[in-house]
Amino acid sequence: MANILSQIIRGLRKVGHRVGDQIWRLGAGARLFFLTLTYSTECFRRPRLIVREMYFTGVMSLIIILVSAFFVGMVLALQGYNTLQKYGSSESIGVLVALALVRELGPVITALLFAGRAGTAMTAEIGLMKATEQLSAMEMMAVNPISRVIAPRFWAGVLSMPLLACLFSMVGVLGGHLVAVAQIGVDVGAFWSQMQANVEFVDVTNMLIKSLVFGVACTMIALFEGYDAPPTAEGVSHATTRTVVISALSVLGLDFILTSFMMV
Amino acid sequence: MTSHIVEIDDLSFGYKNKLLHKGINMVFPRGKVVAIMGGSGSGKTTLLRLIGGQIKPTKGEVRVNGEVVHQQDRNGMFKLRRQMGMLFQHGALFTDLSVFDNVAFPIRELTGLPESMIRDLVLMKLNAVGLRGAHTLMPPELSGGMARRVALARAIALDPSIIMYDEPFAGLDPISMGVICDLIRSLNDALGATSIIVSHDVKETFQIADYVYFVANGEVAAEGSPHDLIQSTLPFVHQFVHGEKDGPVPFHYTAPDYQQELMQRG
Repeated sequence: MANILSQIIRGLRKVGHRVGDQIWRLGAGARLFFLTLTYSTECFRRPRLIVREMYFTGVMSLIIILVSAFFVGMVLALQGYNTLQKYGSSESIGVLVALALVRELGPVITALLFAGRAGTAMTAEIGLMKATEQLSAMEMMAVNPISRVIAPRFWAGVLSMPLLACLFSMVGVLGGHLVAVAQIGVDVGAFWSQMQANVEFVDVTNMLIKSLVFGVACTMIALFEGYDAPPTAEGVSHATTRTVVISALSVLGLDFILTSFMMV
Repeated sequence: MTSHIVEIDDLSFGYKNKLLHKGINMVFPRGKVVAIMGGSGSGKTTLLRLIGGQIKPTKGEVRVNGEVVHQQDRNGMFKLRRQMGMLFQHGALFTDLSVFDNVAFPIRELTGLPESMIRDLVLMKLNAVGLRGAHTLMPPELSGGMARRVALARAIALDPSIIMYDEPFAGLDPISMGVICDLIRSLNDALGATSIIVSHDVKETFQIADYVYFVANGEVAAEGSPHDLIQSTLPFVHQFVHGEKDGPVPFHYTAPDYQQELMQRG
């Protein structure tokens, strides 16, 4: 009996430790976020730092994002046509592809791909900088690592995400056009005019808002995981995994919350 | 201005429940090369981090140029650190920057000097460590000894008054070790700086140090000039200096009785 009781207590203690640890991490993440905002003035004074990081996070993610967008657009057109033709509205295929991309898939898939490509790279880079004492060296040189390393990467991620989401939607529409017009034979005029008539400006602004929020979330998660990673090979590897998992869940959760507000 | 640039006064520091330092007192006179020696895990590197203000002591204080390090705010701390240069154990070079840019990094970040002047300064510092010709290389292209020398050039880029070395000889071949040894002494004298070396390499450290502190069990176990310490009869110092396997620092980590443990059924 006493044995069972002690096992239950041990189990509860473990759960308590886990919960406490997660709350602590949430607080540490929030603290890093506010410190990043506080120490951002330096990188705005030297925009070259942000531009350099935008190259690594944004430009280097272009290929994976554009290729994915093209395939997503093509699949949307194929699937959409099958359903729409049953109702005799196959000419609305352009609207379906565009709205699906602009409202949901553009910002969400871009954020997921961004987390997998640029987010993991950021986590691994900062984790390794910590493990090899590069961040300590910077501190000892009287250079603040948050303003020199974290803040430029943060703003680069935040600014890249809406641009990437826009490109994703554009290329996705082109993919859809290729399948719908060139392969299936939907009228090209109907494809574009229906899209033009039904996609509103608010859809585009909502896409930009969503991708901006996802940009803040994904970049901050990646930076925090790297900054907080234990300075070992195993620590960096776990941090990179956590970046992908937490970013993906956060993006999907935030997407639901934002969509709920935008639909009101 | 005191004659000691760094003073450690009754300093205690620990992680969680384990006390690493128990009331340590040390002074580092201006212009001298002072070594802190001791076994692995004795808290030597932690002492450097306490001097650099990267961690706060549990009790006591570290003073740099008369100013208490842990009482400084962020700006005060950065102001103090501008007087310091530190050579990390593995160099800690920025891997995305070339040798030139690594050495130029603190100059670019902390001074408003024009690029032409930065270029001259960097080449001068690299020349001092014998690597002017390697300024276009990237850190992965450097050997361990070269990386350490580049890191040394970066540490002295702003002519600091205190240069701290964390295990500068670890993992180097004899030639590189000799080069680093020479550089530490000559740069210290040329810059009029104070050098603090944390190391467990007895031969090299004794060759260049003016004064040595031995740290063991969280306390200063012995101190004096290298000459005094070589002749010391203190058991710990004797074991350390002569590299004896057993002594006050036991070969075996505390464990239950050997025979009993082997006889125990899994």
